[in-house]
Amino acid sequence: MDGEELTEQETALYDRQIRVWGADAQRRLSKSHILVCGMKGTVAEFCKNIVLAGVGSLTLVDDRVATDEALFSSNFLIPPDENVYRGKTLAELCCDSLKDFNPMVRVSVEKGDVSGFDGEFFNKYDVVVVSCCSLATKKSVNEKCRKLSKHIAFYTVDCRDSSGEIFVDLQDHIYSKKNLEETAECKLQYPSFEEAISVPWRALPRRVSKLYFAMRVIEKFEAEGCHPGDVSIADLPGVLKLKKELCEANSLNESHIPDTLLERLVTGTREFPPVCAVIGGILGQEVIKAISGKGDPLKNFFFFDAVDGKGIIEDISVSNPKSGS
Amino acid sequence: MASQNQLFSIKGAKVLMVGAGGIGCELLKTLALSGFQDIHIIDMDTIEVSNLNRQFLFRKSHVGQSKAKVARDAVLKFRPHISITPYHANVKDPDFNVDFFKQFNVVLNGLDNLDARRHVNRLCLAAEVPLVESGTTGFLGQVTVHVKGRTECYECQPKPAPKTYPVCTITSTPSKFVHCIVWAKDLLFTKLFGDKNQENDLNVRSTDATSSSEHVEDVFERRKDEDIEQYGRRIYDHVFGYNIEEALSNEETWKNRNRPKPIYSRDFLHDEIAQQNGNVDKDCAAGDPSSVSAMASLGMKNPQDIWCLKENSRIFMEAFKLFFMKREKEIGNLTFDKDDQLAVEFVTAAANIRATSFGIPLHSLFEAKGIAGNIVHAVATTNAIIAGLIVIEAIKVLQNDTNNYRMTYCLEHPTRKMLLMPVEPFEANKSCYVCSESPLTLEINTHRAKLRDFVEKIVKAKLGMYFPLIMYGAALLYEVGDDLDEAMVANYAANLEKVLSELPSPVTSGTTVTVEDLKQELTCNINIKHREEFDEEKEPDGMLLSGWTQASSVEKDDNKSNGNGGSTSNASQAVPVEAEDNVEMDVLSGKKRRLSEISGQDLSSVTDETKNHEKLEVVDDDDDLVMLDDDPGLNKRKRIQ
Repeated sequence: MDGEELTEQETALYDRQIRVWGADAQRRLSKSHILVCGMKGTVAEFCKNIVLAGVGSLTLVDDRVATDEALFSSNFLIPPDENVYRGKTLAELCCDSLKDFNPMVRVSVEKGDVSGFDGEFFNKYDVVVVSCCSLATKKSVNEKCRKLSKHIAFYTVDCRDSSGEIFVDLQDHIYSKKNLEETAECKLQYPSFEEAISVPWRALPRRVSKLYFAMRVIEKFEAEGCHPGDVSIADLPGVLKLKKELCEANSLNESHIPDTLLERLVTGTREFPPVCAVIGGILGQEVIKAISGKGDPLKNFFFFDAVDGKGIIEDISVSNPKSGS
Repeated sequence: MASQNQLFSIKGAKVLMVGAGGIGCELLKTLALSGFQDIHIIDMDTIEVSNLNRQFLFRKSHVGQSKAKVARDAVLKFRPHISITPYHANVKDPDFNVDFFKQFNVVLNGLDNLDARRHVNRLCLAAEVPLVESGTTGFLGQVTVHVKGRTECYECQPKPAPKTYPVCTITSTPSKFVHCIVWAKDLLFTKLFGDKNQENDLNVRSTDATSSSEHVEDVFERRKDEDIEQYGRRIYDHVFGYNIEEALSNEETWKNRNRPKPIYSRDFLHDEIAQQNGNVDKDCAAGDPSSVSAMASLGMKNPQDIWCLKENSRIFMEAFKLFFMKREKEIGNLTFDKDDQLAVEFVTAAANIRATSFGIPLHSLFEAKGIAGNIVHAVATTNAIIAGLIVIEAIKVLQNDTNNYRMTYCLEHPTRKMLLMPVEPFEANKSCYVCSESPLTLEINTHRAKLRDFVEKIVKAKLGMYFPLIMYGAALLYEVGDDLDEAMVANYAANLEKVLSELPSPVTSGTTVTVEDLKQELTCNINIKHREEFDEEKEPDGMLLSGWTQASSVEKDDNKSNGNGGSTSNASQAVPVEAEDNVEMDVLSGKKRRLSEISGQDLSSVTDETKNHEKLEVVDDDDDLVMLDDDPGLNKRKRIQ
């Protein structure tokens, strides 16, 4: 904790949230650097939230060029005016909008594919969030971050149809928690993404959210064929077949992954804005907790489905810390 | 993704949003993105700097402009072809009557005060339009659905009234910091800078010293040609020294309490005079009265610092002087405003000095401002989550998907692995006087209580009916309206001053009085029961209204509530927050649950209404926990030497 005080401007602007998490947490936020990849609706919500919160800097990665989709997009950062979006990448368009929300935050664009960046690149950041990327990329980015001595907080976020999933990896995380009159120090150990999804399905508790399994099936399907996020109704038979194989291989009863659920997730190609808001909000809170070191961060998956309205935390990790990846 | 069916309902829907603030901005954005095409939005407020940390549709350049209008313009930028109709107005305006509400398929509230919520609830019931209610504070939030005939209305679970403090606690025996704040704000500040004609309980009377009341009046008036420094020290000595000595002389009071210590200015300010005069002169050149600040003048920069007695005294004197030297014109008309830096400084210092006297822990300006200004802490993320949940419920309402309506709670700590917890709505409360029009019972001394007391304390304060019509049988006892002729007005005025049993149609035990509010289209029958005596402490109003399922008492909640919000400090989940809507939620037991009402509170309207009452009503923000989830280092800031 250094002695730098918040400026008068910051105190006035951040008054209401300082009353929630304190001036010290606000200072830490102002020194944090966030990297975000994959600018869809949910990620746009997340970016809005952390820019408002007053992080030090936010770097956006998404070289996809804007198309007419922008007119109907659940990403409100993209102006629906062809004259404005033509020829620009999603990252560039979002960057322009985000700067407006809080002039004290440095928002910038990084060109390139996130799978091509090396450890030295990631070392510039305190938080890395990836979305709309392949299974292989999720794993490799996570690993690169973990190899660094600096503890980078790593998150994945994906929304399909009216549901969403967040994954959190804070490695070895120490934080403070206020319990009645005392403040205790707590410690959590997080598995990597690869370690988490490698946990055999039959070893998981019985009531684990069906969404977890469904997302893994689709993830694997996309890994074996199409681009991430491009799966569609036409792929349904293939997806269902894969589900059967995976359930058999894992000795898991097929009822754990209802066909109807898979159908929904595969058909719903566009994000559902209310779910973007919910997931983007939860993710925002998590990142703020990680940076400030205060409050219980969630471990390690979060699921939300508008169909039942539940926002559930699942701890998918190897209970025996000695089991390796 | 919304189904074809859902999209169809959405496209054709006409939606009313009440509130364009924290929840409102997020909600308007999400509604627009979700395909809604006809949205109306009411908000009476203008934009302030402190809004900008979460009300993301607004920019610094918009400060001072209408929230409803600016929100609309901002959303049209990314959805140019939808219709958004803004109203820069108070939802309680008569224009927003039942017919107005009837045109909507659903009403979505993003309000910050109980009064307005009740009003909208009643209009939605009268118009038979479903209402989706919501509220957030810090990391906590909730969304509830209210459909007439199917679920509870917003008032089926009565929300407890704001916590009140007996006058003597404020004037003589404070035990918490909030008591000192109320004293500094509502008594001292008002006495010195506010309306002089207003009755003020500032002076403690150890004996029934009615003869000295004239003398007492003089004490606060500046004497002719009195030096400002002298005047300030005289006031200081009077309220912190003399008044305390007076109170101490009454032995009874202090039998079981810690005795306060009188504090005199000579003990802390003797070598300050020359220095301070110098600073004030320097400031004379500076122009803008609104930027006048005692802290700036004294070189004290950090609002999070906790000042020692000497520093508090210096701030007190400096603020006092600055008011008289720089803002003289306003004196006599000022009311406390949390955004008035000098007022906040003065109140903080005064409260801290009083707290020192009574051995109560001191607070920083930042904390004191929160208590004095009833500030609700708020972040963007919770509002965004709640807005998403509101839209999900709204779509269910449009589809008449009644079996799937849910009340959803956004928790800070997971319950059964859930951070977002949906619960089925309750059925309507059959004895809710608002939606099922069942009668209430009022115990009152019909020979002592006047009609005026009944109107102020029951009809307005408890029932929330501000334009009532009161009848007994066929006789009209009282009504409010623009079209009344002089004779009627005189008649009603006379009635107000009569005790109930002496009204033209006497209201005695066993009678039933009917109260109607035509604006809210609400009728309430009250059975009167005469009672001679009332407990001064427990029933200070001298009346007891009953008849619907009681909420848990505020005392019980105090054990678990944190005042200002979902701190991680308590074991219980979903800790209810603001005292006004402070009902505990028993999540885990599954038994009949009362709503945990979490809302942003702006109780300034309530406080204004009760200015002339005996009780000083204030949100009971537990002063020790003003800041949640807090850094223990916060209270140990370095002090300025």
